[in-house]
Amino acid sequence: MIELNALRYRWPGASHDCLDIDALRVAAGRTLFLHGPSGGGKSTLLGLLAGVLLPSAGTVSLLGTNWATLSGARRDAFRADHVGYIFQQFNLLPYLSVLDNVLLPCRFSGLRRQRAAAAAGSPQAAAGALLQRVGLSEALWTRRAATLSVGQQQRVAAARALIGQPELVIADEPTSALDSALRDSFMALLLQQCRDVGSTLVFVSHDERLAALFDHSLSLPQINRATQAAAA
Amino acid sequence: MRAILAIALRSAWNRRGTLALVGLSVALSTFLLLGVERLRSDVRENFSQSVSGTDLIVGARSGPMQLLLYAVFRVGGATNNVRIDSLEAIAKHRAVAWMVPLSLGDSHRSHPVLATTPGYFEHFRYGDKQALALAQGRPFSGDLEGLYEVVLGAEVAGQLGYRLGDRLTLSHGGGGMPGAEHVDKPFSVVGILQRTGTPVDRTLHISLQAMEAIHLDWVAGVPLPGTKISAEQARAADLDPKQVTAALVGLKNRAAVFAVQRAVAEFEGEPLMAVLPGVALDELWDVVGAGERALLAMSAMVAVVSLVGLVAVVLAGLNERRRELAVLRAVGAAPRHVLLMLAAEGALVTLLGVLLGVLAVAAAVVALAPWLQSSYGITMTSSAPTAPQWGLLAAVLTAGFLASLVPGWRAYRLSLADGLSPRD
Repeated sequence: MIELNALRYRWPGASHDCLDIDALRVAAGRTLFLHGPSGGGKSTLLGLLAGVLLPSAGTVSLLGTNWATLSGARRDAFRADHVGYIFQQFNLLPYLSVLDNVLLPCRFSGLRRQRAAAAAGSPQAAAGALLQRVGLSEALWTRRAATLSVGQQQRVAAARALIGQPELVIADEPTSALDSALRDSFMALLLQQCRDVGSTLVFVSHDERLAALFDHSLSLPQINRATQAAAA
Repeated sequence: MRAILAIALRSAWNRRGTLALVGLSVALSTFLLLGVERLRSDVRENFSQSVSGTDLIVGARSGPMQLLLYAVFRVGGATNNVRIDSLEAIAKHRAVAWMVPLSLGDSHRSHPVLATTPGYFEHFRYGDKQALALAQGRPFSGDLEGLYEVVLGAEVAGQLGYRLGDRLTLSHGGGGMPGAEHVDKPFSVVGILQRTGTPVDRTLHISLQAMEAIHLDWVAGVPLPGTKISAEQARAADLDPKQVTAALVGLKNRAAVFAVQRAVAEFEGEPLMAVLPGVALDELWDVVGAGERALLAMSAMVAVVSLVGLVAVVLAGLNERRRELAVLRAVGAAPRHVLLMLAAEGALVTLLGVLLGVLAVAAAVVALAPWLQSSYGITMTSSAPTAPQWGLLAAVLTAGFLASLVPGWRAYRLSLADGLSPRD
């Protein structure tokens, strides 16, 4: 599913590598918790996994496809087809309705549009079903996304990441803006939905208490030789 | 493609307040550019329509433009007068087919009064060699019986509400001076001309003898104290004009125009000149042209400023939208989609601004046409844009679309550099 080999990444103009990871594999349908402090290269790693960034050396492959072998336009299309992404916050386009936000991936990916339609009859129906499952009642669907609470917005973001059954869902500290009650329900929901859909989940957080919920747990500073070198 | 344009539209609508202001500035600059160009071409069209079929205008020696402006367009100050016997001598030139003397100076409620002969209605041509035609009534008779008869231009009759048989009095000079009214010698309306779209529409026409009659008891622009010559007494006086302002001359053969022009210039009785209307008009456009170009250049600068404003506003908003761009990248949008989105926004604002500007010009033409007609004799009609006007519109649109690529390109670069994690 995900394969990293001899990965090195250095930001343009930087004097040190930001990431230096020997190997990392995640099997299809598994959930991975990636723990690390802020500024430890977590977001950079996620950018590499999503094919927005390309490694300075080594390879990152998704579904057996090395991102580096694809052209820029193909990478964008490949990401649209196979990756769902959840940000820490501000996930939604504030001027679109809740439903339109969930449908965004279907606008850019024919594959996810087809899968959504196959699952529920139409992409709209699939979006509605996902919103129901993350606990957003129909009355909220036509509201502008900006009018929702932070907790509601994150659940909309989860529905959007899951629509059209992408093989990989990446979540970048999606709970850090939520209080503990909201966080627990969000985590339960996200993990359940990923299992239902069969998506692989890569979840990044600095909150180690969440690790127990996942199939695997890794500490980024431990696998990243760049931080070890900096510390030594 | 369609997906990103739909999102761009929603995003722009979300910021419609700011964008509307920018669009308004584009509309204003379009209005200026198009308005100046329309006024320029319509004024030229009007002026060149105002006289045709007249080969020469003869007057006292001054500037050719001054003579043309005063004799044909009733604009500017009076030139020196020409003695009538000088004109009679020139009329005897074998190439001259007809001559119509003109005497100007009085007015009626700020409309110019033209004293001439009945031949004016026969020989004067405008537009595409069209003759004057009466909508109602007849020309003034030109004899003593019909001494106080006046023929009105269409605009005079329409604006002041005169009908056949109405009586009116003339003012001395441009009017407005107290006591400078020829109240003792009222005129009756015997004819109303059809609309021509030329200065004729604003003019009141009387005979040369009537002009003499109303000035019998006047000297140097003021009523002669102690003398009162009534309208009836005036009929008995010598009313043959001694001098006039200018004369329109038609030739039997246009080829002789330079010979006649030279003959007039070499006339020994008094310093005279003859101008070709077309040549004088060209001279006029040479002089006015510099001003026109300056106005157009200023309008073009305003257009540039408004487009710079457009770019500045879209660019300024871009920083706050880096999060929006990252979300779009995350759901599968490519950097080129982001470029398209930003460029489309600028292009849309430009397009709407230009459309609004075109509508504003059309509205202004409708609203201001009556005032332009009555104050300056310039006829403006609502019409489709001409080729140069289309050119200006295309230039503004093209410039706007190109300018929109600037924020588009900036967003493209930002989107590539930020990826999914905008550093804000």
